[in-house]
Amino acid sequence: MDMSSPLARARGHGTSSEGGTLHWWGQRLTSIAMAPLALWFIYSAIGLVGADHGAFTSWISELGNLLLMSLFILTMFNHIGQGMQVVVEDYIHGEAAKIATLLALKGFIYIGGASSLLSIFIVVFGN
Amino acid sequence: MMGVAMAGGAVLLIYWLAAAAYGPDAFERAQDLFATWFGRLVLFGLTFSLFFHLANGIRHLVWDMGHGFDMPVLRASGLVVVAVAGVLTLITWVAAYMQIGAL
Repeated sequence: MDMSSPLARARGHGTSSEGGTLHWWGQRLTSIAMAPLALWFIYSAIGLVGADHGAFTSWISELGNLLLMSLFILTMFNHIGQGMQVVVEDYIHGEAAKIATLLALKGFIYIGGASSLLSIFIVVFGN
Repeated sequence: MMGVAMAGGAVLLIYWLAAAAYGPDAFERAQDLFATWFGRLVLFGLTFSLFFHLANGIRHLVWDMGHGFDMPVLRASGLVVVAVAGVLTLITWVAAYMQIGAL
């Protein structure tokens, strides 16, 4: 017979021990940050339709645009990582497949984020 | 769900910025690729996905704060999300075509 209390049985099985609560708050934070950043990006992208390399270079070389584009890249790849992690945890079953997919996801967001940041800095500061 | 689609779209952003870093020729190829009918179709889909995801994300944040769970409100907010996404997508594309002088 199980003599432990309901609380004792519940402890250690929740996601809060795996950082679930923090993850939830982090996701809300990047969501709120993404709203103005995404609107700014769409506005900027409209201005860059049909732009040649020179026009793109002078756009990204403006300090405000470089700063906002860096924030957009950092926040977006974080946001993708957080959102896709939840999708993977909810829909990929089996521990091995889950860990493999999460590792691939981490690889994608770190390489994608680093590549994007590096690209805009190469454009601005030359190569 | 739209978020998953857009995570694929992030690959296009990576490619676009990398092309700019490679130089004028690569960037021109990327711009030309996005301007093909298929490129425009993909970007149009991504535009709608982004606005839908944004509007529905705000809907989710309102739910997180404990509001909007009554069935009529729930249905209405769902329609508002689709309508807002549609209108913002159209505005964006009209502005984009005006940018290249096609409208």
